[in-house]
Amino acid sequence: MLAWTIYISFLGVLVLMLLPRDDARLARITALTTAVAGLIVALMGSFQQANPAEIVTITKCAWIPTLGASYYLAADGISLTLVVLTGLAAVAGILFSWNIEKRTKEFFAFYLALIGGVYGVFLSFDLLLLFVFYELTIIPKYFLIARWGSTRKEYGAMKLALYSFIGSHLVLIGLVATWAVARTSLGHASLDLKELAQATLPLEFQKWAFPLTFVGFAILAGMWPFHTWAPTGHVAAPTAGSMLLAGVVMKLGAYGCLRVAMVLFPEGARMWSGTIAVLAVIGIIYGAGVALVQKDFKFVIGYSSVSHMGFVLLGLATLNTVGLSGAVLQMFSHGIIAGLLFAVVGRMVYDRTHTRDFGELEGMGLSRALPFAGVTFVLAGIASMGLPGFSGFVAELQVLMGAWKAFPVAAVVTGIGIVVGVAYTLRAVQKAFYADGADRTNMTHGAHALEPISIPERLAAVMLIGVSLVVGLYPSVLLNWIEPCLSSPLFERLLKGGAL
Amino acid sequence: MEVLKLAAPETVLVVIALAVLAVDLLALRGQPVSMRFGIGAAVAGLGCAATMLMLLGRHAHANLFDGMLVVDPLTNVVKAAIVLLTLFTVLISTAGKFTEHVGEYLALILLATVGMMFLVSAEDLLMIFISLELLSLSLYVLTAFNKRNIKSAEAALKYFLFGGMAAAFTLFGLSLLYGMSGSTNLHRIAEGLAGKGMDPLLIVAVVTTLIGFGFKVAAVPFHLWAPDAYEGAPTPSAAFIATGSKVASFFILAKIMMIGFAGAEGSAAWRTFISGWMPAMALLAALSMVLGNLTAIAQTSLKRLLAYSAIAHGGYMLLAVMANNEAGMAGLLYYVITYGLATLGAFGVVQVVEDATGNDSIISFTGLSRRAPALSLCLLVFLLSLGGIPPLAGFFGKFFVFSAAVGADGNHLGLLWLVILAIAMSAVSFYYYLRVLKAAYVADGADVTQATNMMAVPVATLAALVLLAFLVVILGCAPALLMGLLQAGDQVGH
Repeated sequence: MLAWTIYISFLGVLVLMLLPRDDARLARITALTTAVAGLIVALMGSFQQANPAEIVTITKCAWIPTLGASYYLAADGISLTLVVLTGLAAVAGILFSWNIEKRTKEFFAFYLALIGGVYGVFLSFDLLLLFVFYELTIIPKYFLIARWGSTRKEYGAMKLALYSFIGSHLVLIGLVATWAVARTSLGHASLDLKELAQATLPLEFQKWAFPLTFVGFAILAGMWPFHTWAPTGHVAAPTAGSMLLAGVVMKLGAYGCLRVAMVLFPEGARMWSGTIAVLAVIGIIYGAGVALVQKDFKFVIGYSSVSHMGFVLLGLATLNTVGLSGAVLQMFSHGIIAGLLFAVVGRMVYDRTHTRDFGELEGMGLSRALPFAGVTFVLAGIASMGLPGFSGFVAELQVLMGAWKAFPVAAVVTGIGIVVGVAYTLRAVQKAFYADGADRTNMTHGAHALEPISIPERLAAVMLIGVSLVVGLYPSVLLNWIEPCLSSPLFERLLKGGAL
Repeated sequence: MEVLKLAAPETVLVVIALAVLAVDLLALRGQPVSMRFGIGAAVAGLGCAATMLMLLGRHAHANLFDGMLVVDPLTNVVKAAIVLLTLFTVLISTAGKFTEHVGEYLALILLATVGMMFLVSAEDLLMIFISLELLSLSLYVLTAFNKRNIKSAEAALKYFLFGGMAAAFTLFGLSLLYGMSGSTNLHRIAEGLAGKGMDPLLIVAVVTTLIGFGFKVAAVPFHLWAPDAYEGAPTPSAAFIATGSKVASFFILAKIMMIGFAGAEGSAAWRTFISGWMPAMALLAALSMVLGNLTAIAQTSLKRLLAYSAIAHGGYMLLAVMANNEAGMAGLLYYVITYGLATLGAFGVVQVVEDATGNDSIISFTGLSRRAPALSLCLLVFLLSLGGIPPLAGFFGKFFVFSAAVGADGNHLGLLWLVILAIAMSAVSFYYYLRVLKAAYVADGADVTQATNMMAVPVATLAALVLLAFLVVILGCAPALLMGLLQAGDQVGH
């Protein structure tokens, strides 16, 4: 059933390509229908799955027998979490792109192709298939940004595409080498993730293959110092583009780190976990620090993404159940919250005011002109800061608890990052919406000029805030999916060393 | 009679070539060029299709005159692929405005194809050399076919001079081989050479043979003719040189190395080089990948860009030869065939754009996605396949080649250094392919009228291109279709 999330998305691409060229409305409705259908399938499929701890096979058939590759789609609780996230982000992104008039149908065709690829990655349990879907997302990303983006869009798009491509090529080296080594130890060619996880790969090999593969994926997760594509890419992208980049594409990287690099090379992960933790903590603090001094509203969110993804990587580095499930939960939570933040900045504010500069926004008194945007941003900011009640709190708390056990110093230092996180969020809220400097005349002028927040935007914002609240108040809804998976055989060798 | 039966596909093609020539000279004199091209191409195309059916329909195993003509399932598949590429070349030629000698042009293409087919079937040095010359001479003339363009003549002369020298090198190497082993049959040569070790004469033979074939497949540093020839030649001729000829040349190169020089491999494993053909080829491969890709970045003409990318792809294919096993052979063939389909398609698009705008610079592709959406989509598929983006055929070609090279000698990962280099360079190549696509899809074009006017795309060409794009996608989604054929052929063959 879940496989239909992929097929529906690509079917949507085909339908869009066949639509008449100039009918923007029809294109929007088609895209929304596709995304909603995808979300419904994702939700139904996820809640149907009786035992999330198990890897439930969806489809498995021979694909390239010589390589041992099969068309193998399956899902466990971690996949379910991220598939649901993708569905939510896809629907919200389309609602926030309702105002795209330029080549609408092509925009949504690329958009749905990206979504289809993302679903594919989260559901693939064959290494080659996963890689195919992973690379499939690069081209739509590039065109979405280069054609419909804003500030320095061609530069941002090319940078993102090259970073992704270099990252995936590091992964490709690891993949080819693993295939060759595992063939000797298994006795036959295989690219099945479950089988490969059981193959004992030599320590020497894991020692270099792990960092290669991990970094290859982590580039896309925004790991410091390979994060630089993220802020420029996010800023250059159109609103739905940044929502997807932060919401799901960065998760692809983190997911790859966990599902491929760490599962295949558990000993390698153990050897390098300290280094990863250090890089993650630097990312958290650096991202927050840089976000604090930005003049451009969107760059603040861009760097905050780097900081929040640092928590995911820190969670992964802990190598214990609490930390890992915190990392996955943080992937979900950040996907929702960052999507919302980008929507406020890109769609609600920038599309109306045509500026993202704090200096200019301060004079507009946006909290009165766009009260809904103001409230949404405050709520999203609260969630992003990690205040209790929203999903960010539970996730980051779990990561910190995990980190406390594995790297107490890192956990303490991360505290600085959290404090700075509160500071830059409050600063952004204050400067963009509640500045004192706004004089009356300017304010009323602004209020008249700006079109009100539209219904699709309200719908999407309420949906995202609602999801974040539900997960924040009742995290078990996701943790019941995530935690049991970590005791499955797939993670056994990874976690047995990390005493818990 | 046995010969005629086994060489029936080749015979059919020769007859068709003569028929095309005759029809054009006798019946169609004075008719407009487009009509002559249409009828000629129809005859040639039907001939190609019939030949393909014959090739794929037979299961014979035969070895005539001690390796002069070897027929087995693998050579059948390779020949069918070559004829398919010829068929597409003929189709994209039909809109050509570069010549009025239609009959001669089509006949030469078919004769070159016959040369390739005999080359593929040869396991004997003499036969290899003769078919190679039949192929090369046809290609030299095809390059010069645009009589009104001085660049075409220049390209042909360069190609001819380089090619002639390469032939001399090849001949020298082959004669040494004969002298040392006393036979012209590849298997017999390997037996003759066995146990002699790497004596200096053998080293000379290896090196000169490699130089000769290095020219043929345009490996760095013997690549200098390629960019000029591709740029100057009429676009369909360039496409043909870059695709069909590559398939045949790489197949025979791999055969000579794997069969004839068996035992003289040496080793190209990292830091444990042993002299033989492996390290020499490793050098060619590494240089081709690095120089080809880096130089391609700087190109402004798409034909030259494709020439350098062809050089780079040649580097990856050499890597497959170095795997030196069945997986390597199958990977090589998969790679070179899918590369041929994509490159032929890319040249086809260039041909259309060149006819419409007058040149092939990347700038003239600006706004192509709106001027000719279908054509542009085809270009997207071809270039992304060349760039190695899944799920297109080019990616799986790379994957097969890399996995064969890494897995070549068990667990030692000896060739991993070359594979890493290849993967790194393939990341570079993505940049220049994307640059072309950026012009087609992203840039709006300064000249509004030029960017919005629809471009006239000849129907036959468009149909051929769409079919090619379709093949590239199908072979990408289900690589086992072709891989199965190649491997089944390979296993029976050995």
